[in-house]
Amino acid sequence: MTRTQLKEHPYRPHLAVIKEIIQETPTIRTFRLTWKDPAVSAHFSFQPGQVGQLSAFGVGESTFVINSPPTRREYLQFSVMRTGEVTRALHQLNVGDTVGVRAPLGNSFPYTSMKGRDILFIGGGIGMAPLRTLLLTMIDNRADFGDITVIYGARSPEDLCYRYEFDAWRAARVNLVLTVDREFPGWTERVGFVPTILAEEAPNPYNRVAITCGPPIMIKFVLAGLRELGYEDDQIYTTLERRMKCGIGLCGRCNIGGTYVCVDGPVFSGTALRAMPPEL
Amino acid sequence: MNNASFVSHAELADLLRRLSEQAEVWVPTRQAMTPHRPMFRPFQAGMDLDFQPMPVTSAKGVLFPQGEELLKFRKEKSLSEATVTTLLWEDPAVFRPTIVFGCRPCDARGFLVFDRAFLQGSFVDPFYKARRDKNLVVSMVCPEPDAACFCGAVGSHPADTEGSDVQMIPVKEGYVLHGLTEKGQEFLKNVENTPSQAQQEEARQVWTSAQGSVDSGASLTDDAQHFFKRFADTAFWRFHTERCLSCGVCTYLCPTCYCFTLTDETNGVHGERLRSWDACMFHHFTQEASGHNPRPTKAERFRNRVGHKFSYFPEKHGRFACCGCGRCLRHCPVGMDIRAIVRALGESEEVHD
Ligand SMILES: Cc1cc2nc3c(=O)[nH]c(=O)nc-3n(C[C@H](O)[C@H](O)[C@H](O)COP(=O)(O)OP(=O)(O)OC[C@H]3O[C@@H](n4cnc5c(N)ncnc54)[C@H](O)[C@@H]3O)c2cc1C
Ligand code: SF4
Ligand code: SF4
Ligand code: FES
Repeated sequence: MTRTQLKEHPYRPHLAVIKEIIQETPTIRTFRLTWKDPAVSAHFSFQPGQVGQLSAFGVGESTFVINSPPTRREYLQFSVMRTGEVTRALHQLNVGDTVGVRAPLGNSFPYTSMKGRDILFIGGGIGMAPLRTLLLTMIDNRADFGDITVIYGARSPEDLCYRYEFDAWRAARVNLVLTVDREFPGWTERVGFVPTILAEEAPNPYNRVAITCGPPIMIKFVLAGLRELGYEDDQIYTTLERRMKCGIGLCGRCNIGGTYVCVDGPVFSGTALRAMPPEL
Repeated sequence: MNNASFVSHAELADLLRRLSEQAEVWVPTRQAMTPHRPMFRPFQAGMDLDFQPMPVTSAKGVLFPQGEELLKFRKEKSLSEATVTTLLWEDPAVFRPTIVFGCRPCDARGFLVFDRAFLQGSFVDPFYKARRDKNLVVSMVCPEPDAACFCGAVGSHPADTEGSDVQMIPVKEGYVLHGLTEKGQEFLKNVENTPSQAQQEEARQVWTSAQGSVDSGASLTDDAQHFFKRFADTAFWRFHTERCLSCGVCTYLCPTCYCFTLTDETNGVHGERLRSWDACMFHHFTQEASGHNPRPTKAERFRNRVGHKFSYFPEKHGRFACCGCGRCLRHCPVGMDIRAIVRALGESEEVHD
């Protein structure tokens, strides 16, 4: 009888080492990873918007967007909000520990088609993670884009991720509009929910692409707000969240009708969203 | 039909014994826990074989086990830095050749759904592929379809050969076997006897009468076309799924359901990543970490099951993800009937809460 052993297969993660951990907010930690295997380092590539399955061995895997840009290759970055078992286990890891990564998975933002246009990012909470990878790629190719406006909101000032980078974003001519849900002592920026701030800012839709990510309820109101401002479906992109296991279109979990968020997404245009059955 | 072999009732156990020296042979057998209907189990001498009533379980576990190891790992502490652990792989997975012997044509067609999902999508499932490559299916012309069988409504019939390597036809003295694929022809070398003229003739009659023996009503294709028109009709889905207990029996017994979950198990420094069957009928299946659930009630979950089998999958892969075996209605504790729901999709009158 022949013995078949599967040394390489799509369920098998590559190993990576935690190089740095950043405490973003009370519940979100950013992990900067490097590949253990030099061959993987040399060949690994991805596009903004693609995700990875991160393993805490012995506990399981969860899905996170790769939020470092492909233009910066020193490390691969994931920001993890603590919500359940795998995320708790990831939060217990230290610099030097090993994790597993299955990446890149899923589709990506249509970066090339965004060149030469004005850009509007609208992020809420941890939803800034998928936007960061695209934003930084644009910043690293700043001349390719017109106005870049970022509307970013969180519940409170301490719930904003990547605060240590805001100055660098602004230095790259990013119009950064920050907002929190209510007044906080010492907070001098905007106050109010993201969709409200969007309506107030009202960035002109002419030759502009809008990209949004955040909690489902925020996305819903942002999409309505954008349409109100005159944005067409094909000018709007969002990422969708679904509980995922396999990440490769097989476990049958993440479908919306015949669309699988893990392989056909997570990035969808407004046009694609309209064609999907109402099961978000 | 040429290239036929014959095995008598008396020789059958010996044939299976010889086959099980080369492969794991799965046969329908009666167990103490299911005295009235057989289940598929690996053959062992002395088993109580029973090819007559439709087995409770399908043979899907042969190619897609209810639980299996996808990865094995070992954690190792660094000697120099106390907090650091590294990981070592241990490769699992040894695949034996398998023979599914005596399943129904519907079960054989069930594997074709798996083939589409696991071999022809964006990613190939290497575990399924490794098993499938070394698998042979001997299906049996279905002697007595029952009231729950509806293969006829999903484009098949009780003498269908699609998906089978060998077809087995029950006659008085035993079984006439036909090789349908190259693999199947090769397999028949294990069976020395050829059927007599009379046995051939009897087989032909059994085959012909079986073909028309199921009364499934009209094809479900036309009804399924109304799925999206009904999608947002919450009252319709609530009304039709009221009795469902979300127990998942229908999906576990279904030869075309392939959803799974991945979990880790550890014992000290050793661990495994396991794949096990899961089902869209369960609440937690789509429960997100934020607490949001896109299919919060059984109405949405049942709708997904109907949609997947009769709309999404056919659109993508050109065939129903249902082979009409009827297990989901035969064994549902509250008698849910997926066919009745598909038929109702096209009915014009509105349903109200
Ligand atoms: C495309 C995509 C990109 C993402 N990007 C990011 C990102 O960049 N950063 C980030 O922080 N998150 C991201 N997420 C979300 C992230 O994947 C989840 O927060 C994460 O999987 C939670 O994992 P966990 O194992 O800790 O939670 P789990 O322990 O698996 O469970 C979390 C919650 O799920 C529910 N649940 C689980 N099992 C059951 C059950 N049996 N019954 C009922 N309810 C149950 C409960 O509500 C539980 O609290 C992304 C998700 C997707 C799909
Ligand atoms: S349809 Fe029947 S078998 Fe399926 S989950 Fe509902 S009660 Fe259980
Ligand atoms: S849905 Fe029911 S009838 Fe169709 S294949 Fe599955 S168990 Fe059989
Ligand atoms: S996560 Fe398994 S199918 Fe999408």
